[in-house]
Amino acid sequence: MKKLLAATAATALMAGAAFAGGHAKEVKIGVILGFTGPIESLTPSMADGAELAMKEVTDSGMLLDAATVTSVRADSTCIDAGAATAAAERLITADKVDGIMGADCSGVTGAILNNVALANGVVMVSPSATSPGLSHNDNEDNGLFFRTAPSDARQGVVMTEVLMEEGINEVAVTYTNNDYGKGLADSFQAAFEAAGGTVTINAAHEDGKADYSAEVGALAAAGGDRLVVAGYVDQGGSGIVRAALDSGAFDTFHFPDGMIGTKLEENFGDEIDGSTGQHPGTDSEGAAMFTALVGDAFDATSPFTPEAYDATALILLAMQAANSKDSADYKGKIMDVANAPGEQIFPGQLAKALQILKDGGDIDYVGATAVELIGAGESAGNYRQIVVDGGKITTAKYR
Amino acid sequence: MDLLNAFVVLSNFVLIPAIAYGSQLALGALGVTLIYGILRFSNFAHGDTMAFGTMATILITWWLQSLGVSFGPLPTALLALPFGIAVCVLLILFTDRFVYRFYREQKAKPVIFVIVSLGVMFIMNGLVRFIIGPNDQRFADGERFIISVREFKALTGLKEGLAIKTTQGITVITAVLVVAALFYFLNRTRTGKSMRAYSDNEDLALLSGINPERVVMVTWLIVAALATVAGVLYGLDKSFKPFVYFQLLLPIFAAAIVGGLGNPLGAIAGGFTIAFSEVMITYAWKKVAKYALPESLEPDGLAQLLSTDYKFAVSFVILLIVLLFRPTGLFAGKSV
Repeated sequence: MKKLLAATAATALMAGAAFAGGHAKEVKIGVILGFTGPIESLTPSMADGAELAMKEVTDSGMLLDAATVTSVRADSTCIDAGAATAAAERLITADKVDGIMGADCSGVTGAILNNVALANGVVMVSPSATSPGLSHNDNEDNGLFFRTAPSDARQGVVMTEVLMEEGINEVAVTYTNNDYGKGLADSFQAAFEAAGGTVTINAAHEDGKADYSAEVGALAAAGGDRLVVAGYVDQGGSGIVRAALDSGAFDTFHFPDGMIGTKLEENFGDEIDGSTGQHPGTDSEGAAMFTALVGDAFDATSPFTPEAYDATALILLAMQAANSKDSADYKGKIMDVANAPGEQIFPGQLAKALQILKDGGDIDYVGATAVELIGAGESAGNYRQIVVDGGKITTAKYR
Repeated sequence: MDLLNAFVVLSNFVLIPAIAYGSQLALGALGVTLIYGILRFSNFAHGDTMAFGTMATILITWWLQSLGVSFGPLPTALLALPFGIAVCVLLILFTDRFVYRFYREQKAKPVIFVIVSLGVMFIMNGLVRFIIGPNDQRFADGERFIISVREFKALTGLKEGLAIKTTQGITVITAVLVVAALFYFLNRTRTGKSMRAYSDNEDLALLSGINPERVVMVTWLIVAALATVAGVLYGLDKSFKPFVYFQLLLPIFAAAIVGGLGNPLGAIAGGFTIAFSEVMITYAWKKVAKYALPESLEPDGLAQLLSTDYKFAVSFVILLIVLLFRPTGLFAGKSV
């Protein structure tokens, strides 16, 4: 609350200063995230990340006619589509926001997009919705929806590349029986088979069982050079790996993001040496610059926080490029500012970017997460490829 | 050579796990069957009695571990087991004194006892979660394997490997010892004989001077010990999670009923029947078939009858078949 008050006061001061300048114009960005609900621990720093970009732009005084950028927060709840839709409706009709940074979880993001953003023609940039269902390749979104998080379909492709490069073209797949596991396993199977690989079995496992020897028996019978475990490290995923190691069914594994964590090292140590995996991450210098920029203000490394900064920056830079804060005008500019050609822009350089755009130049926004928008406007995604060596998770490379 | 590989695969994924699981079920089913035979009701709280006994053992194991006590290559939990049994016995006797005895004095019908045991089950359920929490607990330590896959391959030069976990070995040995001791007790000792007499004909037993309260107490003592041993063995071999123990109730009852309720020998046979059916019906036979059959007969698919999700359904189906065609179970027990 204190922070909010301070922020409001600061913004008011800025606004005052800007008004004094005489060319006052205000840009409002809706920040709709699940401040309550299952990811409530992640959202405060995500919102802080978004507001950091707004502050940076306001301070530069170079957006449009020295416009100030204000944040209007709203609660998406992450799971309640009705509540999220109502909150977004309020943002657009009552607060009259010029763009939406959000939402966070895939389900509510789709609901807001279809029920509110499309109807009102407002641009949405989500920092964290990863469902493949949100890729609007046939322009169902009227070009209004973007995301700085990669689709899970992308992880399936990256996973295929990693395995193929290791010379592995026959794998068994097991996934945790929910939307995340099934979506990832299916997109991986499609990508892997398209690349000429064979998936010998694609079987679900339930989380929270004591014994996975029966599941592993089936996986072992199907065979394969490596076992892909699309599960959770503190749930059934570890149980599967344990049973597979004990029965000698598999000695090396491939782990997508849900399985990578310190718990993996603790549970298995060097027993899984040679196993591979990948999770979203980047070694781009942008990430380090973002951390330095944030300082102690909030946790810059918290998941999806850099993505939130980038999402907000993209909206504001596109406005500058279009010289308008109207969604219909600037929605076409988001892809332009995000991708090459142009001068590379890192966190903390928004003022420079605004100046280049003002002068009619071109920018390639790299930001904190090495943003590269592909397809219908979603992040290509950067992944950290890992390999387990001597019982430790080590970085093989970034892709 | 190929037949040998087929046998090794079969042992590794079917025979050894099923024997260990069967022993655990058999010990659980023995407890259920004893209560049914002597106290004449189906004790739904049995799964949670197992969970409680195991929890007590785990807590003592942790305490021993923190003191630096270990049992060499064997799990420390075996040292803690007697204390775990003692704690479980205390709880069980407490329940009997304050819950079951009231209904026994009223000569309540078996169905009322069943419902009472359901209530006891919920209380124990909550108690265990309250003390240790609903999460997974691992407490196995010491050597993990009697023989590991790598050692086996190096030793025999076979293509397929075979692993025997220490916990599997301990399970089978303990089960044999416990069952032998139980049968000796029931058939050879005075107290055991009086229990059987009480089970066969309560009135006649009373007339010949058997103290019913003593018989009941001894029964509960044995049941608490059996439940704790079964629970600890299951937890060592797999892992301890209160909800899983609650779910174990189904295969345990299936085992007891298939064998014939009230018949200890039947409980053991039932335990292994259920364990082997669960494992064999959900196992994918492709690999075994590949080694054992000529190439022309090799299956294309996985040769798996049911997906592993349906493991519990197998016990249900066996239960139904037995109840339909042989209500007294494989070994003539009491009809249910």
